[in-house]
Amino acid sequence: MAAVFFFIAGIGAIAGAIGVATVRNPFYAVLALVSHLLSLAALFLLLRAEFIAAAQVVVYAGAVMVLYVFVVAYVGSQDEPVRPVGGPGLRLASIVFAVLIAVELLIAVLGSGLKGIDGRGAPYEAGFGSPAAIGELLLTRFLFPFEAASFLLLMAAVGAVVLARRRGGLEGGEDEVLRAIPTRLPKGAGSIAEGVGDINPTGDIGRPAIGATTGGDGKEEGGW
Amino acid sequence: MSPTTAAWLALACPLAGTVVNALGFKVIKGKLPGVIGTVALAAAFLFALIALFSLQGRGGEHRQLVSSLYDYAVTGTVDAKLSILVDPLSILMMLVVTGVSTLIHLYSFAYMSGDRGYTRFFAYLNFFVFSMLLLVLAGNFFLLIVGWAFVGAASYLLISFWYRRTTATSAGIKAFVINVVGDIGLTLGAFFILKNSHTLDFLGTFSQAKELGADHHGDLTAGLILLLVGAFAKSAQLPFHTWLPDAMEGPTPVSALIHAATMVTAGVYLIARMHPLFEQSVAAADVGTIIGAVTLFVAATIGMVVTDLKRVIAYSTMSQIGYMIMGVSSGAYVAGLFHLMTHAFFKALLFMSAGSLISAMGSNQNLNDMRGFRKAMPFTFGCFVIGGLALAGVPPFSGFFSKDEILLFQAETGGWHWVLYVVGYITALMTAVYTWRMIFRAFWGEPVEQAVELEHGHLWHAPQPTNPANGEVEDTDVGFPGPEHHIAEWALPMKIAMGTLAVLATVGGVVLIPKTTTWLDTFLEPVFKDSTVQPAGSDGLLWFGLALGAALGVLGIFIAYTIWGKANGEVATRLRERVPALHRFFANKWYFDELVDFVVVRPFGWFGRFGQQTFERIFVNGTLIGGPSTLVRAGSAAVRAVQSGFLRAYAALLLVGAGAVILYFLIQSS
Amino acid sequence: MDIGWYLTVSAIVFCIGAGGVMVRRSPLVILLCLELMLNAANLDLIAFSRMWGNGDGQIFAIIVMVVAACEVCIGLGLVVAMFRRRLPIDVDEMRELHG
Repeated sequence: MAAVFFFIAGIGAIAGAIGVATVRNPFYAVLALVSHLLSLAALFLLLRAEFIAAAQVVVYAGAVMVLYVFVVAYVGSQDEPVRPVGGPGLRLASIVFAVLIAVELLIAVLGSGLKGIDGRGAPYEAGFGSPAAIGELLLTRFLFPFEAASFLLLMAAVGAVVLARRRGGLEGGEDEVLRAIPTRLPKGAGSIAEGVGDINPTGDIGRPAIGATTGGDGKEEGGW
Repeated sequence: MSPTTAAWLALACPLAGTVVNALGFKVIKGKLPGVIGTVALAAAFLFALIALFSLQGRGGEHRQLVSSLYDYAVTGTVDAKLSILVDPLSILMMLVVTGVSTLIHLYSFAYMSGDRGYTRFFAYLNFFVFSMLLLVLAGNFFLLIVGWAFVGAASYLLISFWYRRTTATSAGIKAFVINVVGDIGLTLGAFFILKNSHTLDFLGTFSQAKELGADHHGDLTAGLILLLVGAFAKSAQLPFHTWLPDAMEGPTPVSALIHAATMVTAGVYLIARMHPLFEQSVAAADVGTIIGAVTLFVAATIGMVVTDLKRVIAYSTMSQIGYMIMGVSSGAYVAGLFHLMTHAFFKALLFMSAGSLISAMGSNQNLNDMRGFRKAMPFTFGCFVIGGLALAGVPPFSGFFSKDEILLFQAETGGWHWVLYVVGYITALMTAVYTWRMIFRAFWGEPVEQAVELEHGHLWHAPQPTNPANGEVEDTDVGFPGPEHHIAEWALPMKIAMGTLAVLATVGGVVLIPKTTTWLDTFLEPVFKDSTVQPAGSDGLLWFGLALGAALGVLGIFIAYTIWGKANGEVATRLRERVPALHRFFANKWYFDELVDFVVVRPFGWFGRFGQQTFERIFVNGTLIGGPSTLVRAGSAAVRAVQSGFLRAYAALLLVGAGAVILYFLIQSS
Repeated sequence: MDIGWYLTVSAIVFCIGAGGVMVRRSPLVILLCLELMLNAANLDLIAFSRMWGNGDGQIFAIIVMVVAACEVCIGLGLVVAMFRRRLPIDVDEMRELHG
């Protein structure tokens, strides 16, 4: 019985993952991730970690993904352009690398003969994954990480507010399209680009290319 | 007061004068700087006299005193102390220097007034006298070199005194560069001697003279010849003489003081001071003698054809110093120093008179433009005559006795010195000729307009101040000569100074009249009594020489009169047309300047250009510095490509790295 | 089930997430793929916790979830800021910070 549930949940998880990685529309990707998370919660249940499974559903799928949905709605889910900058070779190389890493990990996990892993696991104690056990651990042995995590949450909340707040005057008119932020130093201020000279030729420094389509970026080497 | 204390005070006076004038130039106005300078020098002369009497008051054996003020650096092999040596030789030099300097300061008090740089002039002049006193009083090589260098610097400052004239500044640079070459010779020579004597002190070195001569003859000769290089550069002997005629760009009191009476005699003093060492090395002494002889001849030939009044006197200085160098190199120390003293008198007198004449001509120094000043400037004419008679060597003027002493010594030495004897007397004839050429040209004949104006009591002024050397128009502000011209007839300080020198030039020979007075001989005896060069005296040669000297002097005056004195100098023109090539050769100063330019200046210029364009630009800048920097730049450009700003590239690198690490551990554990 | 199965699923999900990070261009989706990777790690942790029999792994997984939430917060804040400035929401276009 457990095996059946395992396979269902496992395939669900993998399908959700593939969906996140391949779907063009970010909204649909979010939905795929939600399904993946629910499958993962099922897997957690199979592993007798009830509290974690509940936390996954409530916190992850319930709060974090909702946040994601809000942002995607705000930003607007435009489809990604198909052709990447680096060319089709880049995409192929990425997939190859991912597969390679997967192979390595599988070899590590399975090929070693599973000597380090006790297949059956430890004998099951009652209250293994229950909230009581988790709570006791959190407040006794892992008190410090618990407090640090709460501090981290505070920082993240403040950081998010700071990053996304509306700053006065920097946005200009509604119909301006700033192509590139002029983050380079003005001429003669000693930026590395200047010091290097012709090795990395860049466009005109300090020119807000208002309305320009390609600007000076076409001359840049992409690095890849 | 002990002689050394008096000597230190005599050193301090001109130094104080310099400092007061230099630091207080904004406060001290009018003619006060002149007063300060002259009084400082007069005080120095007073102290020199006190030192003289104090020294003579001691016994004969105690006449060489060393006084050290401060130990600058005393180690095992080098003892550099601020010590002076007071003995009859240095007292004689001190007296000559301070005495003549006081008179020249008095002269400049009137002559330089009206010049915007009046204070600066007296500051420099006092500094020069301080340096010269330091040089002659030095008790070790250390202070000698310091004084030598200071004197060169003072000479540069004073030659280019009118610094907005390019001719003056070029002349100053030329003098300084040649002097520095001499400084190198002096320092290296001192080192060669120090190497074996292990002491910088004079008396210490001289006491080891015999050992140095016996054991380290090569080093000693090399050192002495290098010292001679220094002496020749300072005293304007061949081949380092080219700076002296150009140094006439400085004001006339400067020419009188530095380039006649004092600085150029430093070489003579040096050889006389180092005489124990020179006597150990015959080769070095012979070098000095021969160069002195050649110089006196060459300078006299050039003096006969130059047309600039001050340059005639300059070449005459060169020639007379040649006599002195020849004398002290061959061993005639007292005679050489005697000639130094008398020469200071009549040469300074001649320069002062020349200054007065040039003032009357409105700063024009060209002999071709001067004629007939006899009636207009009687006092100046009289001084010229006295100086000219002394220089020509007519008895009983001082120059007669001193010059013949030197030549007599050559005759007494015998051997190849007879050639020098003959050359010396031929040059004596030429000396008389060129001196009186100058006097007859300037004072005989039809008076020129400047003389006529002066006869009517009115000093002639040029419509526009110009540089006499190249005719460039200038103004009379600072850096150029002032608007006023002063002649001796109208300026009392000038008259007093020139008069004193005229009297000294007339009676100065009394200190060493042969067979009658031996004051100078006895005075200098404690210094030179250890001299090993004492040829047998010969009365016959003495009288012959005296008679010949007198006769040649008078003959020279007569020849000069014939060529230039009568008929407005037509004979001179005809004579020049008969030997044009020879005249051109002499007028171009035996082409020495061209030779120096070819041998020294051009190779150095080529070397410098090569160094800059080829070595510096291509090799150092291009390869040595450009190479590594280009390499680093290329390397960093390559490394920079990794930071492309491309997020996905970073992610990929990260994951590839992680994969590689996992692979490594996989392989490790299997 | 054997622990190995869970580890296999985790490895596959991790690599899918890694590939997604490398391939996708929208920062939103990249963040989602990052979530995938984190979840895969979570699964591993829970599996091992079950294997050892103590709750340490589960605590670790909770903390990982906290971190993931924070990181999503900040990342989404960045995306919102980018959108506010009318910049293209595309990591290929955002490459000014280069050497």
